[in-house]
Amino acid sequence: MTTPTIRVQSEDFDLQTEIDRLVAGRTDIGAVVTFSGLCRDEGGSLNALELEHYPGMAEAEMRRIAELAVERFALQGLTAIHRYGKIAPGENIVLVIAASPHRQAAFDGANFVMDFLKTAAPFWKKEHPKDGTSGDWVPAKDADDSARDRWLTPRTE
Amino acid sequence: MKVKLVYFAWVRERIDKPEEEIELPAHVVTARDLLNHLKTLGDGYEAALQYPEVIRVAVNQEHVDQDEPIAGAREIGIFPPMTGG
Repeated sequence: MTTPTIRVQSEDFDLQTEIDRLVAGRTDIGAVVTFSGLCRDEGGSLNALELEHYPGMAEAEMRRIAELAVERFALQGLTAIHRYGKIAPGENIVLVIAASPHRQAAFDGANFVMDFLKTAAPFWKKEHPKDGTSGDWVPAKDADDSARDRWLTPRTE
Repeated sequence: MKVKLVYFAWVRERIDKPEEEIELPAHVVTARDLLNHLKTLGDGYEAALQYPEVIRVAVNQEHVDQDEPIAGAREIGIFPPMTGG
């Protein structure tokens, strides 16, 4: 059974370093899908996002999601990293890397992890606007719940 | 029973503290009972929990439905819907 690598950290991560770590010494992996989520500037209005998290539960929930994905898509490797603290536009927020023998499982695995991570991992974003106002908490989107729920409908295959 | 409550995001801001320990009254059985009890503790709690149905609850760092009992909880997290990723 593949053990996912889970990290919750304030510092940045490097995509290539994390991919190299995942595939080091392996010759059985045929597909690696990498998703990274970045902070947008929202049309130039945003100074930074502040990511709050529930220490302990954030890691635990990410691990639960990752283990479900490894089992469901028979992944050969999975890395999920989520940052917290103040993040400026253009900086990384989240990274998911999924490895499998063929591409579809790696695409699906990374997609599944992101859909559940957005709706079940305890992180919250607060906007810090450039105009110096106090900013709002980002509201949860129904579209994120719908994206998660499509993995819950009984599969017909 | 004493239990540690931890608050996050706008729930934390409105209650104006990150955590506290409270004595649970005997009539508080489920997570929903707890939210309804907290709402009576002051204006900040009332503002944070105005729409309790949107609030998420975690017992010992695992998500629970609001109708689940919270007996035996060491730590209860109370927070808005998550917006990470």
